[in-house]
Amino acid sequence: MAVFGFILRRSAQSLIAVIGLLVLVFFLSRLTGDPAYLYLPLDSSEAQRQAFSEAHGFNDPLYVQFGRYLLGVANLDFGTALSRNRPAMEVALEAFPQTLKLAAIAMSLALTLAIVVGSLAAAKPDSLFDRIASTASLAGASAPDFWVAIVAILVFSVGLGLLPTSGTGTPLHWIMPIFVLTLRPFGLLVQVVRGTMISALASPYVKTARAKGVQRSQIIFRHALRNSLLPVITVAGDLAASLVNGAVVVESIFGWPGIGKLMIDAIIRRDFALIQATVLITAIAIFVLNILIDLLYARLDPRIRFQAK
Amino acid sequence: MTASHLPTAHLLEVKDLTVDFLSLGGAFRATNGVSFHVDAGETLVILGESGSGKSVSASAIMGLIDTPPGEICSGTITYRGKNLDDCGVEERRDLNGKKIAMIFQDPLSHLNPVYPIGWQMAEVFSAHGVATGAEARTRAIDILGRVGIPEPEKRIDQYPHQFSGGQRQRIMIGMAIALRPEILIADEPTTALDVSVQAQILDLLKKLQVEDGLAIIMITHDLEVAASMADRVIVMNSGRIVEEGEARAVFENPQHSYTRTLINALPHDTADGGGRRSTAEIGKPILEVKDLNKFYGLASGFFGKNAQLHAVKDLSFSVAKGETIGIVGESGSGKSTVARVLLRLNEVSSGEALFHGRDIFQMDAKELLAFRRKVQMVFQDPYSSMNPRMTIFDIVSEPWRIHKDILDKPRWRDRVIELLGLVGLKPEHADRYPHQFSGGQRQRIAIARALACELELIVCDEAVSALDVSVQVQVIDLLAQLRDRLGLAYIFITHDLPIVRHFADRIIVMKSGAIVEHARTEDIFSNPQHAYTRQLMNATPRPKWETAPAAVSLPA
Repeated sequence: MAVFGFILRRSAQSLIAVIGLLVLVFFLSRLTGDPAYLYLPLDSSEAQRQAFSEAHGFNDPLYVQFGRYLLGVANLDFGTALSRNRPAMEVALEAFPQTLKLAAIAMSLALTLAIVVGSLAAAKPDSLFDRIASTASLAGASAPDFWVAIVAILVFSVGLGLLPTSGTGTPLHWIMPIFVLTLRPFGLLVQVVRGTMISALASPYVKTARAKGVQRSQIIFRHALRNSLLPVITVAGDLAASLVNGAVVVESIFGWPGIGKLMIDAIIRRDFALIQATVLITAIAIFVLNILIDLLYARLDPRIRFQAK
Repeated sequence: MTASHLPTAHLLEVKDLTVDFLSLGGAFRATNGVSFHVDAGETLVILGESGSGKSVSASAIMGLIDTPPGEICSGTITYRGKNLDDCGVEERRDLNGKKIAMIFQDPLSHLNPVYPIGWQMAEVFSAHGVATGAEARTRAIDILGRVGIPEPEKRIDQYPHQFSGGQRQRIMIGMAIALRPEILIADEPTTALDVSVQAQILDLLKKLQVEDGLAIIMITHDLEVAASMADRVIVMNSGRIVEEGEARAVFENPQHSYTRTLINALPHDTADGGGRRSTAEIGKPILEVKDLNKFYGLASGFFGKNAQLHAVKDLSFSVAKGETIGIVGESGSGKSTVARVLLRLNEVSSGEALFHGRDIFQMDAKELLAFRRKVQMVFQDPYSSMNPRMTIFDIVSEPWRIHKDILDKPRWRDRVIELLGLVGLKPEHADRYPHQFSGGQRQRIAIARALACELELIVCDEAVSALDVSVQVQVIDLLAQLRDRLGLAYIFITHDLPIVRHFADRIIVMKSGAIVEHARTEDIFSNPQHAYTRQLMNATPRPKWETAPAAVSLPA
């Protein structure tokens, strides 16, 4: 019951933030310029442009447009995507699962690998393994993803001809986007896991476990790891949010039909309704993610669980 | 029990143990040629102040010294005639918890916060392949009952933070004795506990020792605890053993000068018991507290009403110029809340406190600033109550930065040096940082900082509790001197009755937020009226040789 109440409370708080965000995006997107210049042929006349704007309601005062938009949202009508002539939300909802799948796989991989590598590095600080892991993770965390993506295409697609350069369809298409999206979170998370694990392994309760004669592997992966996970999950949550947000650059480079690519296309095409729909979806996804992280926190640490009650 | 070991060998023997700790400043020798032994059914106490190397010896037995930074330079540890250095990693691990077990000072941080205690206890069985699953759980419940946790079936699934300090230590002890080890190492097991809880834990250890024929190695800085537990004592100072022998002989007839210093430092050992009470005439009251109440709102249940904790109930007392009021109570008695409320660090719920006739709780910001010049607080932990990035000069002169009219800036340096002199520190200390000082020195700095104001009253909240006994006495002496010279008054909050007996003129005994007894110090000690006061006094451990014959009895 307490959990249910918590979710309800957090959802209400999130709703306020979502509304604020919608207002912001609505007005900011209209700063990008007049869509009439993009959608009509270059040689169209001023009268034609006026007619276009009139037809799509862009000539009304902003507050009227905004009121209309809010009314639409209340009726679950998010407007028509100009660039595709389809309901904006429908287009956005088609793209979102593509991003979600990519993000879920990349984050799971990054988190799992980082926990294993980081824990083993922390178990023997300054060992050869630790030094290799620290250097590699630092490189992974620092390498710009667009650069890695382009180099990967050059090597594996252009050079070796092993993988397709872009698009979707076969399992092979997944390999490079996942690799590029995993690299940075993996690097950052290894650093966090290693740091928190080193301090957890120096903690008094680990001393107790050693005095009890608990096996080394159990000390590392049960006693220390669970205590180390809280800060790791905070960072992982932030990283996951940036992936769900649509890895705009990586999706664009690999031509991945996800929400990030859709969003950037919508901005370039001044497709206001589509911009708003994509932002709304990613915002809701990030709020859900944050609630999940809070619940996970309480699951992992009984002290938080009992405080929340 | 196997009889394969040589008959002459002790159960556990440590020989010539020398351990270094490496740091940037070079190697620090933690123990130097330490040798001792322990046999079944007896208690060996290793007595020493902080930094004496007493814990290091025990950690070495358990193989808990991390190398680096530690380095075991020489020495052998033999268990049942077997040199532990010859054991493989796995063999050594299996000894821990099964044959040799250990409990620690602070049970909260030594229990894993994220696992239920039942899980942590069952782990002892599973780690040594004795039992798993339901059987381990049943045995854990049995042990919880054995160490005196009520309703063990229900509480086994709770987490460490849901238990009291004493219960946590019982759980630690339960974990340690789960596999009926032969040796139990107890590292300051009662230091973090209230006196009455301390007595219970010591009794539990004695009971288990008799039942299981345990050999106990107890590490402590507390002479009373040592005397109540020890069959034999070794006294350590700066990494070396300075004295060893039968407990009674060492306590009643110490040979080494260091041991004598320690034993004489025991505050209640002075003949009249009131050596440092105020000598001057007690003046008229400067602070009058009337019907003080403080409620804390507790985190509310999701559906329930806001629960409230009545932390201080209808407290009334007064403090006169030059007088020391001792407020004594165990944790949760509300004694620290009184201090915080009087200094307006926490808001009061109801009541008044007249300081020179003006109610502290009604003061506006300006009056409050003036009030805080006259009343200062000295905290328990002088390290965390000082900014580590400020020099001692900055720390002591900070009051003048706040109260600008006390002293002109050009005279600050001289005055800081004067104040440091007053508390027994040197002028060159002014430019150092807090971490460069010992605990006792840091507490002196805290007092110097308090004195920087035009002070009338100092509230000491457990101001000497974290210090070694010999240092406690020095700090109390200093406070007494300052009182007699400057006419200061003190509210001295502590859990330690002997300390206030020494120093306070009047004593207030608090329990669950209320005053149970309030009288002159000599009356309280000669004729305590309330049962709780008597209980507090009797909780001070008594020497083993006065209570029972040396209890070396093995189970059949």
